[in-house]
Amino acid sequence: MRLRSGFGLLALVAAGLTVAFLVLPVVAIFAHTSPARLLDALGEAAAREALWLSLRTTLIAVAVIVIVGTPAAYLLAMRRFRGRALVLTAIELPLVMPPAVAGIALLAALGPHGILGGTVEGAGIELVFQTAGVVVALVFVSAPFFLRQAIAAFAALDPRLLEAARTLGAGPFRVFATVAVPSARPALAAGLALAWGRALGEFGATLLFAGSLRGVTQTAPLAIFSEFSRPGGFVAALALSSVLIVVAAAILVGVKLLGGDRAIEAPAVGEGR
Amino acid sequence: MSATGIEVPVRARGLAVEARMPLLEFDLDVELSVASGERLALAGPSGAGKTTALRIVAGLVRPAVGRIALGDEVWLDNAAGIEVPAERRRCGVVFQDYALFPGLSAWRNVAYGMGRPRRERRRRAVELLDRFGVAALADASPTSLSGGERQRVALARALGAEPRALLLDEPLSALDPGSRREALRELHALLAELSIPVLLITHSYDEAALLAERIAVIDRGRIVQSGEPAEISTRPASPFVADFAGAVVLHGEASREPGGLTLVRLRGGGELRSTDAASGPVAASVFPWEISLQPPDAVPADSMLNRLPGEVASLTPVGNRVRVGLTTPQPLGTEVTARSAEAMNLRPGSHVIAAWKATATRLIPLG
Repeated sequence: MRLRSGFGLLALVAAGLTVAFLVLPVVAIFAHTSPARLLDALGEAAAREALWLSLRTTLIAVAVIVIVGTPAAYLLAMRRFRGRALVLTAIELPLVMPPAVAGIALLAALGPHGILGGTVEGAGIELVFQTAGVVVALVFVSAPFFLRQAIAAFAALDPRLLEAARTLGAGPFRVFATVAVPSARPALAAGLALAWGRALGEFGATLLFAGSLRGVTQTAPLAIFSEFSRPGGFVAALALSSVLIVVAAAILVGVKLLGGDRAIEAPAVGEGR
Repeated sequence: MSATGIEVPVRARGLAVEARMPLLEFDLDVELSVASGERLALAGPSGAGKTTALRIVAGLVRPAVGRIALGDEVWLDNAAGIEVPAERRRCGVVFQDYALFPGLSAWRNVAYGMGRPRRERRRRAVELLDRFGVAALADASPTSLSGGERQRVALARALGAEPRALLLDEPLSALDPGSRREALRELHALLAELSIPVLLITHSYDEAALLAERIAVIDRGRIVQSGEPAEISTRPASPFVADFAGAVVLHGEASREPGGLTLVRLRGGGELRSTDAASGPVAASVFPWEISLQPPDAVPADSMLNRLPGEVASLTPVGNRVRVGLTTPQPLGTEVTARSAEAMNLRPGSHVIAAWKATATRLIPLG
């Protein structure tokens, strides 16, 4: 595109505005307070507990999503069956669901008075006001980010490669593990980064389903809100926020590097290649 | 097991295939057998069902009805409810685009199907690559290889799994015309060394004739003729086969003549004679290389009974030869050297006589 044309200039201004608008708040978090005060705020036990809880719960949630979601996405991508489009839409629904609605939905399903509440209780599992409940909420809201990417990536695989592996004696699992997953790796990594980022920022569903108990269910975003609501807690909220940004950015970059250089170029959501 | 207690000798592990399944426009219905160490080419135009047939044999497609066996081992028998999955058939496949694993180096591709101890796999893989003259590329990524190199790695990979039958899908079509001739020669030598049944599919009759000992010509899902290449090109069973095998096909009405010859009055005008016996509507086939071109005023001084006057419609240089398209009035193609085309001053619109022997004219009854 020629930048000197009328439209070129317009697009340039639009691009400048877009980048500035998205970057400014991030910069502001770091610029607003002195590093010393930020470090001070982080010294508080509540902040450290919240960060540690966030890291633990998101790690477990992401592990569950990858371990269960990868073969599930493979199957959904490879098989054609009646109602497939419906299933694909249904599993993407949490993407567009308001987080508070997700929390209510989880309570209705797995809460003490939910439709599966009795089963969950009978199995001796407590979710509400428990760390396990946080993980359930995180998995629910962030799994679709990974699944979408994974399904698109597996569907875009060259079927000849899978067939070639079979003719060379590879059974279904070996085909999946040695051909399908490596070929889809960049997209899987991109999906993983998105899901992890979504889990790290999860607020509404966690609050409604698991509550905000310090050290048990109060993840970093909940702690930020709790500090923010406390008179004079704005600096502490800023401190936690800045750490969360750094962690989120590190995850995004790290996971994408893991997926190879193509993952960095890959669009965040969409086709696998 | 025989009643006399004498052990039946182990049968050669030939491949026997029988399969039927509906395709989009017609039914695939093939039956073929390939002996151990034999090379059979399933040849036919695009969309004739060749690739589906190959995929059925490999176990990648399940036919509606079928029976496939390698020696005594049944791979598929719908009637008996037997279906061995592709991964347990040990049926090597060289795919059309080679389908090498892009994330694995050449030797790891070759080692993929090997069941040996891990530390021996590299040595074995490199040995195989060496046999195909590409050992130096063992650590290269498939994406960096040329078409010919990929083909050899793909072949090595298929053989690395010690297959009991080898299938090749259009093995040369992914190559550029320049390297095809050389690859054809090499592939011929490599396939000739194998002692397992080899089934290759191709849309090129020339490739089939050069690579295989036997050709099965397939058209719209059915095998219309099978036999040795020379037999098929000299005795095509139908105009389709004759055309596919590269011969010129002219249509006309045949009648017996005194003297043992058959006279064919061509549709659109002209006549020719053949030593084949036929009467009624026929397709007459002759190979382009049997036809010689003469100036229109040439005095017949040779034994060529068939002389069709025609007009040059097209001249296409192919290497040092020129393909000449004539209307006689039916279209007829022939080839002359560039030199004689020059000497005869051939131009589109030139009048010439196409001449060939009655013995070189095959008649295929269409009645």
